[in-house]
This record gives sequence, structure tokens and C-alpha cells, in this order.
Amino acid sequence: MSGQSEHVTKDELWGGNRSPFSVSYGKMMMWFFLVSDALTFSGLLTAYGVIRHGSSDLWPVGEQVFEALPGLHGSYPLMYVALMTFILIISSVTMVLAVEAGHRMDKKGVVKWLGYTIIGGFIFLGSQAWEWSHFIHGSGGGFQINQPMTVAAADDAGNTYQITLDNGSWVHMTSDFGHKYEHAMEAAKEPVSHDAHGGHGEHATAETHEDISTMVPEEIILNKYTLEHKDGKDLRKLVVKGDDAKKIWASMQTGSMTFGASIWANNEYAIQQQYANFFFFVTGFHGFHVFTGVLINLIVWLMAVKGVFEARGHYEMIEKIGLYWHFVDLVWVFVFTFFYLI
Amino acid sequence: MEATDNMHAQDHGHHHHKESFISKYVFSMDHKMISKQFLITAIVMGIVAVMLSIFFRLQLGWPGEKFQILNAFLGDKWAPDGILDRNAYLAMVTIHGTIMVFFVLTGGLSGTFANLLIPLQIGARDMASGFLNMLSYWFFAVSSVIMLASLFVEGGAASGGWTIYPPLSALPQAMPGSGMGMTLWLISMVLFVASSLLGGLNYVVTIINLRTKGMKMTRLPLTVWALFVTAILGILSFPVLVSAVVLLLMDRSMGTAFYLSDIYIQGEALDVTGGSPLLYQHLFWFLGHPEVYIVLLPALGISSEVISTNSRKPIFGYKAMIGSILAIGFLSFIVWGHHMYITGMNPFLGSVFVFTTLLIAIPSAVKAFNYITTLWQGNVRFTPAMLFSVGLVSTFVTGGLTGIILADSALDVNVHDTYFVVAHFHIVMGMSAIFGMLAGVYHWFPKMYGRMLNTKLGYAHFWLTLVCGFGVFFPMHFVGMAGAPRRYYSFSEFEFLDWVMDLNPYISIFAIVGGAAQILFLVNFFHSIFYGQKASQNPWQSNTLEWTTPVQHIHGNWPGALPEVHRWAYDYSNPEHEEDFVPQVVPLKPGEHAH
Repeated sequence: MSGQSEHVTKDELWGGNRSPFSVSYGKMMMWFFLVSDALTFSGLLTAYGVIRHGSSDLWPVGEQVFEALPGLHGSYPLMYVALMTFILIISSVTMVLAVEAGHRMDKKGVVKWLGYTIIGGFIFLGSQAWEWSHFIHGSGGGFQINQPMTVAAADDAGNTYQITLDNGSWVHMTSDFGHKYEHAMEAAKEPVSHDAHGGHGEHATAETHEDISTMVPEEIILNKYTLEHKDGKDLRKLVVKGDDAKKIWASMQTGSMTFGASIWANNEYAIQQQYANFFFFVTGFHGFHVFTGVLINLIVWLMAVKGVFEARGHYEMIEKIGLYWHFVDLVWVFVFTFFYLI
Repeated sequence: MEATDNMHAQDHGHHHHKESFISKYVFSMDHKMISKQFLITAIVMGIVAVMLSIFFRLQLGWPGEKFQILNAFLGDKWAPDGILDRNAYLAMVTIHGTIMVFFVLTGGLSGTFANLLIPLQIGARDMASGFLNMLSYWFFAVSSVIMLASLFVEGGAASGGWTIYPPLSALPQAMPGSGMGMTLWLISMVLFVASSLLGGLNYVVTIINLRTKGMKMTRLPLTVWALFVTAILGILSFPVLVSAVVLLLMDRSMGTAFYLSDIYIQGEALDVTGGSPLLYQHLFWFLGHPEVYIVLLPALGISSEVISTNSRKPIFGYKAMIGSILAIGFLSFIVWGHHMYITGMNPFLGSVFVFTTLLIAIPSAVKAFNYITTLWQGNVRFTPAMLFSVGLVSTFVTGGLTGIILADSALDVNVHDTYFVVAHFHIVMGMSAIFGMLAGVYHWFPKMYGRMLNTKLGYAHFWLTLVCGFGVFFPMHFVGMAGAPRRYYSFSEFEFLDWVMDLNPYISIFAIVGGAAQILFLVNFFHSIFYGQKASQNPWQSNTLEWTTPVQHIHGNWPGALPEVHRWAYDYSNPEHEEDFVPQVVPLKPGEHAH
């Protein structure tokens, strides 16, 4: 650590009056704290695994649920979360540079790189907020059918399959139709109170909605968020058109129409509430860690600006918060893997 | 880095300014004061827990009989006409267990002795971080207050048992105690974990970094070893309890259903799907089993020290003792399933847990035999501390034997959740840990307060506690084998239990006498703080470093330089020396081999 190269025997290392690892007590405490925190996350992720594998229903697939980019239509599977992850990892790189600058007692460097780290943290948190709001808002909505039926459905490549749907199966609408339908439904429920929908602004009052009783979708999507295995093939996002779509639409279970995610009841994404329960809690718990990390970084940044560490003669504090920051990154890699990739 | 450590040490050496009352007694950062704060808080919590147990023992011993004292304490709501209310009974059982396990035997035991002994026995000026140490106590204090406050809320305290299994704990409408009482329980426990984490980090890092010159790991007193492994167990297991508890809080307040599935309340199905109450049990017991050793190891460490000192012999098998502490610590993480044999787990998995659980018998037996061999042909001094330590060996063996029965899934299913289990863990964990804690208090009271406890009162306290302890818990084995389930309010409906219920009044009498016997200890303790005989420098003629510090506490522990250690802590009756004890600071004689 302090550049000594002389050989120290094990007896001397552990013989007292020195730290056997040549590490200050504060840094060692941080290490042990991180071990402890790692176990908290292990507990949560294990719980997720237990519930997911114990579930008899289809579980949503990350790349089919998260495929939107802000302001763009179309399908960009996992692009957004990849960007978030990239930013977080870059913020770890800038943190390393801050630590390195600290070793050189370079106050300017520390302030600069730690500043970038803080900005990276804020961007990540903001992105997570968008991700959550998108997830809560949903894309298109879904409903259950009230009788078994067989329909013709096509995949991306144009292959057609005869798919048998059980009573109670979930089907989904396209996001265009679904959004229109959702607005029409809300308008029918509360005709005057458009202003309450913050995001719509003035034009909402002028908007005229279709009558929901005459709205019929042209397409219905099967397996929008899940995979179905059939004849050794993974079937995803099968599109049903024409009369079959109308047939499905006509057999909608009353009251089963759902938009977006909710921790309480059925979700657009899954029959069970567990998917949203765990997604919100675990990413939220991680987000809380990022938030505290940003806060601590900010305090330390202010201290660095004021020259506290220069007066102290060392920038070890940067190393300690650096450990925490890298840990939070590492945990994200696991959370990302569990919720988006697997 | 060494420079910082030295600066740190000097920092402590030069505290000569006057302290205010607040900084000395309330927000103290001195480990000795924090240790006393932990002990006093634990004693207060212990008094509450014992009183609760006497209240529900009155109901169990004489079901349906009127006791005006219950009415006086609990009022018309919880004890109308002096008969304990059913819900109050459940709340009392729950809070008794919670306080005893967490507040007395985890916070109290580790908090007191880790704080007192770690810096003093390794030769450090103080804990690595006095500030975090202070925070650790204050989290503990606030958490204690919240737990006590939960006894007074409408609906009563948490009532689902100290393990707070869902759904009773997850649904506020499940029973009266599942409301506010349960919420406070959970909040209290989150604070408790924060306290335990801050304490644990400090203990571990202090032991690793701040040992004085010559204090090799293999010269540490076994108390320090035990507290070290205990702290590591806490650091590794409590976070998983945090996961379990925060998920439970979400289920209660946010409407998630991590632990809930297909629940009906009064015939109405709740709109929750897919959760698993067994998930909670797995998470809970992943903490819960190491917790047993978090409670037990410090008591065993204290006894190792007390037994060796008072037998005037080196502890038998010092390295085997360290090895068995480490082995117990490791094994405690892979045995949690034995609490869940009747949850429908795969019998193969069950048998894996049987195997790992039975493995713990090996290091435990090593410890028990080492205590006995240390005592063997020793020049035994029967101080009260020694009596309690020998008592610990007795309860550890007695309770350990029934542990073998409960470890075996095929046998366990017959007595699971009966009084047999209650008897087992009260003897092996409750009595042993309390005996260890009391041994510690009797042994280190002179170090804490500079005065001696009264020995005669100590003897009376020990014999009454021992006899009453066995008087309470030994008959419970038979009650349990007859099939009486634990936590039941009354057994009068079960004819098949009538013959064994005759034991209950006797159990309750022993409980009341045993509880009353603790008054002897309290009188002795508080009286001696002020009026006890002044302690000498080294009243037990012990080898360890704490007895080289001044009787009157000072900041930084040693007035001059830190002592240097030349030998292990157990040089008793060393034939090469005239005295029958050789403190660790005594340099080696020419030609003498260091241990």
C-alpha cells in the first residue's frame, strides 16, 4: 500500500501493532459493510428466483417488456436499459479516475472526476424514473378471454400457426390501439375531467374520443411479453388479424382489461402481480442505494472543493466512497441480469 | 497507513479536557461507558421479559383462575377480572421471545462484553470508531424503546410469535396484534439490525487492526475469539433478516404479496397471488439459526475465560477451541432447514439438513469436553462467576442432548412445535447464554464499576436460578412428548393432555421463584455499584490485559504506552514460574518458550 517492498513475515503481519492487511479501519469497515449489503441483495434476488421458479404461470421476458426508447416508436429491445447500464459503468470509470487523482493529491482532478461520477449517478436515477413510468404506464394493455378458441396467428417471418387459447388466456392489443382505447375508456368514465390528466395539457380538452362500444382492433397480439414453447420453437409476439382478431375481441372477459404495471392487481405484463412486485422492489432498493451513493458523493465532492482532504493530507475518503460506488454498480449488473436478461 | 493508526492512538492518549455529563454518560464514545449502557438497557429489557413470562405462566399454570395482580398490571382490557386475555397472552409470548433473543442475549450480551472486553483484552485505546460505536448503542436504545412502546398500542403488541411468520404478520387485519403492534415490531427490528451491524463492523475491524504489539491471533483470549466470530455471523446473517423484513413491510403497507397467496379472510378471498409464506421462513431462518450462535458463542467465550482462570489451569485445547468456534460459525449457515422439517420440504433435502445439523454436535462436544478437561484436577475457586460458568456447561450438555433428537427429521416431526422444543432451546440457548452473561457480569463487574459484587448473594442467586431453571424447563420435555403444542393459551380442551397438565402449576411456581430470585441479583448489582467493596487491581489473579488497566477508568485505557504482549492468555500454573498465573505482559524468561 505505502510502497514498501521489504518482506514481512506472517508473524509480523498478524503479531499486533499493525493492520495485517495494511488497510485503515475505515476502509476495512467499508469492505465488511459491503459484504453485509451483498447478502441483503442476495436475499432479495434469491427470493425473486424462488418465486419465479415456483410460479406456474408464464413469466414475462425482459427483452419483450422493455423495448421502448423515449420519443421513438418501434421495437428496441433492451436498448434503453443498456444505455442506463453503460452510463452507470462509465460513472465507475470516472470514480476510478477520481481515486487515482486523489493518490496524486490532485485536487482539481478529484473535483472533476468525482463531479462526472455524480452526474452519471443522476442520469442513471433519472433514466430509472423514466423506465418505471413507462413500465407503469404500459404499452397497449391486455385482457383475458372468456372461452377457449383456436385462432390463426403469424410470427415475424410470416409463418402461420394454429394456436389454441384456453379459457382465461391473456392477449394484448397493439400500443397504438391500446392507448386510444385507454383514453376513450377514461373519457367515458369521467367526461369532463380531462384536465386531471396532467400530461395531456390543453389539447386534451379539445380531443374527441371514439365511442368505446364501436372500437374494434385490427390486430391482437399473443405472447406479447412471454414466450410459448411449441414443437421445439420459441413462439413470441404472434399477430392475429381479421376475423380471428374480432372473435378474440368479442370474447373479452368483462373487467379483465388491464393497462400497465401495478403491484396490487393483475398486470398487463403478467397474470401474476409478482413480476411487478419484485421488479419495483429490487430495482427500487438498488435505486435507493444509487441515490444514497450520489448523496454521499455530493457531500464528499463539497468537502474536496473546500479542501478538507488537502488539509488532511490524503484523499482516502474518495477510496471509501469509491468502494461503495463500485459495489452499487456491481449489484446493478446482477439486478440487470436477473430482471432483464434471464 | 500506519501513520494514521498511530495518530489515532495518540489522539486517544491525550484526552485530558473535562467532560460534560452528556458526553460522559449519555452520548459517550468511550467503549467502557457504552458497554455499561448496553448492560443496563439489557437488564431493563430483561426485567420486562421475565415479568411477561410470569404473567403468561400464571395463565398456563392455573388456566382461567383470577389473579388480581394481572389486572393491576394489565388493566381491564388485557386482564379482565384478573384473567389474562387470549390476545394478550399471544402478545406476551411473542414479546417475551423477541426481547430475550434479540435485546437481552444479542444486543445485551454482545453489546456489553464486546464493548468492554475487545479493546481491553487486545490492548487497544478504544474501538476503531467511537462514533459508530455510540450510534450502535443509540440505535439499540431507540429500538428497545419502540419495542416496549408496542406493548401499549391499541390492539396490543405483535402476537404472531417471535418468528413473526406470515400471514399473521403480513396482514394487518389477521389478528389484533397484527396491526400497529406488528408495524412497530418491524421498525424496531430494522433499527436493531442497524445497531448490530454498526457494532459488528466495529468489533471485527478493531480485532483485526488494533491488537497491541505481540498480540497474535493465537494469543487472543477465547472471549475475543468468540466475540469476533459472533460479530462476523451477525454481519453475514442480519442483512438477510433485513431482506425478509423489508419485503414483509411492503406486504403490510404497500399491498405487494411477496409472502401471500390464496388467502381467505372470513371466507373472502384476498386479491393476492403467487407469493410464498415459506419464502419468509427460509429467509428468516437463514438469519435465525446463526442467531442461535450469535447468542451462544459469547457466553461460551466468557465461560472459557472464567473456567480457565478459576481452575488455575490453561484452557484445555486452546486451538481446538478456536477451531470449534470457527466450525460452529461456518456450520450455523447451512442448517436452517431443520426449523422447517414439517413445511413439506423434500425428504432428501431434509436429510441433508439432518446431516449438517448433526455435524454441529462435533465442535459442540469438543467445547464441552474441553471445559470438563480444564476443570479436571484444577485448583478450582468457586466464585459466583465460576458457578455460573460450570452451570453453563451443565445446561449446554443437557440441552445439547435434546438437540440431537430435534436435529433428526424423523424424530423431530413428532415433537415439532411442542413444549419439547420449548424445553430444548430454553435450556441450550436461553439458560446457557444467560448463565454465560451472568458469569461475565460477576467476573468483570470489578472492571466495569471498580467494586466487587457480594459473593454470598451471588451464591444464592446462582443456586436458585439453576434449580428453578431446570425446574421450569425439565418437566416441559414430558409435556412436549405428550403432545402439547407451544404457544397455546389453554389446554383444558384436550383430554389426552390432562394427565401431563398437572405439571404446569409446578412449572409456573418454579418460574415465579426463579424470576423473584433475580431480585437478589438486581439488589446486589445496583447496591454494589455504589457501596460494593472496592476492587483490587487484579481480583481474580487473571492473565489478560484488562486487569493491567487502572481500576478507575480513564480514556485510552492505559495511562502510558500500550502494553506489550509476550505470551498467551492462559499461563496458569506454569511450572517455570513461582506465581500460579503469569499475565500476558510478563516477558519470557531466558529459555522459556512462548506459546
